[in-house]
Amino acid sequence: MSVLSETIDWFSRSSTWSGNDGIPHRLVEHLGYTALTVGIAAVVAVPLGLYIGHTGRLRGLAVAFTGAVRALPTLGLLTWFALLVGLGLTAPITALVLLAVPPLLAGVYSGVESVDQRTVDAARAQGMTEIQILTRVEVPLGLSIILGGLRSATLQVVATATVGAFIGLGGLGRYIIDGQRSSDYPQMLGGSLVVVVLALLLDGAWAIAQSLTSGRHTRVLV
Amino acid sequence: MIEYRQISKTFDDGTQAVREFDLTIPSRTTTVFVGSSGCGKTTLLRMVNRMVDPSVGQVLIDDEDVATRNKVELRRSIGYVMQHAGLLPHRTVVDNVATVLRLNGVGKTQAHERALEVLTTVGLEESHARRYPSQLSGGQQQRVGVARGLAADPNILLMDEPFGAVDPIVREELQGELQRLQRELDKTIVFVTHDIDEAFALGDQIVILKKGGEIAQVGAPADILAAPADDFVRSFVGLDKATRTLRVEERDGRSLVVDGNGRATGVLA
Repeated sequence: MSVLSETIDWFSRSSTWSGNDGIPHRLVEHLGYTALTVGIAAVVAVPLGLYIGHTGRLRGLAVAFTGAVRALPTLGLLTWFALLVGLGLTAPITALVLLAVPPLLAGVYSGVESVDQRTVDAARAQGMTEIQILTRVEVPLGLSIILGGLRSATLQVVATATVGAFIGLGGLGRYIIDGQRSSDYPQMLGGSLVVVVLALLLDGAWAIAQSLTSGRHTRVLV
Repeated sequence: MIEYRQISKTFDDGTQAVREFDLTIPSRTTTVFVGSSGCGKTTLLRMVNRMVDPSVGQVLIDDEDVATRNKVELRRSIGYVMQHAGLLPHRTVVDNVATVLRLNGVGKTQAHERALEVLTTVGLEESHARRYPSQLSGGQQQRVGVARGLAADPNILLMDEPFGAVDPIVREELQGELQRLQRELDKTIVFVTHDIDEAFALGDQIVILKKGGEIAQVGAPADILAAPADDFVRSFVGLDKATRTLRVEERDGRSLVVDGNGRATGVLA
């Protein structure tokens, strides 16, 4: 049998769909890691990105930082963190957060910066406070680009969260790591396919959210 | 009354926009700052609502130094109309006009009622109110900008080249509307333009500026035309141009007004 038909066979097995090693359970774990990572990254990157976008301060630093961090290999980071803090959730989540922060940060400050300065100037001249300018003008108008940052962060994390399995965590990466150890290539391929489909679905969901927010004000409502 | 006292402004990059500027703007009149780009007219305008703070000197509104006022509160108490309207593209026309009222804590229903009222005052219909700015023409957007400036009924209205981006026909129409509004509302209007005809059309007091905020001449349009201070003013207001040098010619018993090129421009009433 070819790997492809064996993979189809793997998908059709009931054991693939049940228990702790079944796809539903692994999928939930995987989504959990992704959500946790993007959540933590957002707590760090969103306020910082809003500050940079609104004030224009620290911009050079942010550009240099995001460029440098993007160059770091996630697997190397994960190994290093695991050596520092031991096995468990901390090492992979930290490594993944470092992966998610740059696109998210860049998305947030670019979104805020993208707003026409004349609009911001007018809002200020009407007597909006800086916080009101940010929350009522810059964020709503830059939302599409900000969501773009979240979208690309989510996509990178969901694709890379497979590395958790490398140090014994769950998630869809298990199929890839376990399959490799036991030379079970159909399982590896099957696991990879699930990750790909999941990534595409999430990307599609973000794309819809983005298109709903962009051009909201240009739609004719008469 | 707005007073500029010994105002100088040097920007962070070292450009000196204004030097030792003194001026009094009487209440309930229209004062127009007119000059070429780089004369500091917008900078001077923006000092009234503290969008720009002077490096030296004071701006006083009714004898109170604006530097002692909270910026945000000050701006909410002064109307501001700018070029390209500066409307919030994600909010409807009525929400845009209600902005300052809402910031001042007026309830939504009441703010909307007032906004609709002001929209009517500036010649827009209720059907425009629920639209978004991008769905209006340039001239209509500019009217919305004026309505927003007037919504909170401020004593002072600052207008920064508000009609600079609309076509000449609409501009003239908007200038006419502003003259009508000023007769009805009696605000202290400070208006910035580079167009001397617009300045003459709207201003009670004209302030002609040279580079660096230096005053070339201050006065009513008639005073400036009758006695231009120097060659700069003479040339700036176009007294050396054929269109401003008019004479009367008798034709078929009527007195025709003819310009320097010999073209008839009107009749004496």
